[in-house]
Amino acid sequence: MRRLLWAVVLLIVLSMVTFSIFYLVPRLGGATPETLAARYVGRAATAETVHLTAEKLGLLDPVIVQYWHWLKGIFVGASYDYGSGVEHCPAPCLGYSFITKQPVWPELLDRAPVTISLVVGASIIWLIAGVSIGVISALRRGTVFDRGAMGVALAGVSLAFFSYRLGITAPGGTFVPFSQNPALWAYSLLLPWITLAFLFSAQYARLTRAGMLETMSEDYIRTARAKGLPERMVILKHALRGALTPVLTIFGLDVGLLLGGAILTEKTFSLNGLGKYAYDGIVSGDLPKILGVTLVAGFFVIMANLIVDLLYGVIDPRVRLE
Amino acid sequence: MTTPALRDLVIRHPGQLDKQPFLEVVDLKVHFPTDDGLVKSVDGLSFALDRGRTLGIVGESGSGKSVTSLAVMGLHTRPSSERTRPGAQLSGEIYLDGDELLSKTPEYVRSLRGKRMAMIFQDPLSAMNPYHTVGQQIIEAYRIHNPVNKKVARKHAIDMLGRVGIPEPSRRIESYPHQFSGGMRQRAMIAMSLSCDPDLLIADEPTTALDVTVQAQILDLIRDLQSEFNSSVVLITHDLGVVAELADDVLVMYAGRAMEYGSAEQLFNRPAHPYTWGLLGSIPRFDRVGAERLLAIKGTPPSLINVPSGCPFHPRCGYAARNGGLSEDVRPELAPVEPGHTVACHLSPTEREQIWEHEIAPKL
Repeated sequence: MRRLLWAVVLLIVLSMVTFSIFYLVPRLGGATPETLAARYVGRAATAETVHLTAEKLGLLDPVIVQYWHWLKGIFVGASYDYGSGVEHCPAPCLGYSFITKQPVWPELLDRAPVTISLVVGASIIWLIAGVSIGVISALRRGTVFDRGAMGVALAGVSLAFFSYRLGITAPGGTFVPFSQNPALWAYSLLLPWITLAFLFSAQYARLTRAGMLETMSEDYIRTARAKGLPERMVILKHALRGALTPVLTIFGLDVGLLLGGAILTEKTFSLNGLGKYAYDGIVSGDLPKILGVTLVAGFFVIMANLIVDLLYGVIDPRVRLE
Repeated sequence: MTTPALRDLVIRHPGQLDKQPFLEVVDLKVHFPTDDGLVKSVDGLSFALDRGRTLGIVGESGSGKSVTSLAVMGLHTRPSSERTRPGAQLSGEIYLDGDELLSKTPEYVRSLRGKRMAMIFQDPLSAMNPYHTVGQQIIEAYRIHNPVNKKVARKHAIDMLGRVGIPEPSRRIESYPHQFSGGMRQRAMIAMSLSCDPDLLIADEPTTALDVTVQAQILDLIRDLQSEFNSSVVLITHDLGVVAELADDVLVMYAGRAMEYGSAEQLFNRPAHPYTWGLLGSIPRFDRVGAERLLAIKGTPPSLINVPSGCPFHPRCGYAARNGGLSEDVRPELAPVEPGHTVACHLSPTEREQIWEHEIAPKL
């Protein structure tokens, strides 16, 4: 319960910090409400129109008041009066894109399934591949397999970056929602999954290997062997669990972060996910977009950490909360 | 493979010479190749143990006690062609009920572990898996060797916990090791080891990590369970008090070799090796008037890479000079001093008796 409360506090702090970065810092850097408002009405508009829009959008208010409106928008929605009519943006309202003039939240909702599909699939692949390679390496420490796998792992991190440059695209072409056709969904995501998983599995193999080497020298492993357990069961039932604790921590962070957009992978394979959205936002300087994605990404990271914290208790009874 | 001469070195109790001992270790060597050289942890050790009896193995840290027990259990990492890291090099013979174990496949020895021979470890907190409940660990030990369903195994585990004196076993079975006290953990560990009714129980310093009051309880428990299950027990300890409490026979080890071997009565009443004298002299006594300083053994145990020539104890022995350098050059073999009592020492019987009577016994 305390952890949940902390997660909420952290989210609020996160929203303040990100809001400040995008709305307060430009002001300190010399941007006026008018230059911000100009992005909504286009460069051809008269100074009068720009000023009017800035006023209607509340950009003339102190930043703290703007933050309050923005926060209120998230919880109860907001209405924008353009003079020609009132536009209602229902909760959760993250504002409108400067460029497309579309509300940000529905766009995020549209793109989230792409990123979630990408990250969930890839994370399963890299977790299975990384952990198995790590376990085998640890057990055959010093053998050709170990050295080879660790060499590839090291190279893998660097190679994955280069593979982006090769410009490979998904064989299925565009993203197909899971609900529409699961087979095509998997087919369209196969290459992105492998690319993303390759990037991460190397790190997980190393982490698992280190964890395994540590737990395999624990006294309770000797006890398990003394009971007459076959080696396979010693590893799977006794050693792996202890070795996975550090892996879990990193996994939570990685998945949380990627859910906020796997920018490189999405860009490479032209997947219209949150990462691509953030990329477009950054390229065009579309503040509401960037702010929206950042907030969502932060939300995912905090939630992932919360889940990892709770999973610790499941994995290790010694940290179980009363 | 066995040379008769080697097996003859293994002492036997009079009247049992015709019977095959339950556990017999012949000329056991356990060597570990390291970057610094070959570590000879156990170097030519022989002993025998009959069914239902307790053998105490005594010695300082690094004398090879635990290495011996792990060798019997087959728990050393053996050298393997695919590993670059060397394992332990084992030679000699280990007979469990007539079955030679060192020549068997690891899979065969594994099938005996837990079922015919089981082990209790020193520190039950680190020796039990923190991620599994005590019950899960006992159930697992039972089910490897007994094809029963979980329910039956669980009932057996509760039964075992009750037998080792854990209150409310049906509730405590759900506890994790860290929720137990030290004594309770060792009881649970014993319950786990005995769950398959093993014929041989190796207890490696079972009470070292425990409070003194709990120590006595655990020793009583081991003794009671031994008579109940009629198992043979190898008790490894550096505490002669524990040996006096439980052991029928005692093997004194030093630098991976046997120094003295005999019944507990012989060893405590007529110890024959200067090292044994040293061990006995190191026990604090309150019942001596005007207690003198303890007869501490000077120096430290030798490096197992460069074991001293001749008698490994000679650099620390106060009597090594008595036989004209023999101790420095010639390794003494175990030789009988009385029936069932052997000692590896160059002192002549008369010298030994004189030193014991006039110099050692009055101070003990």
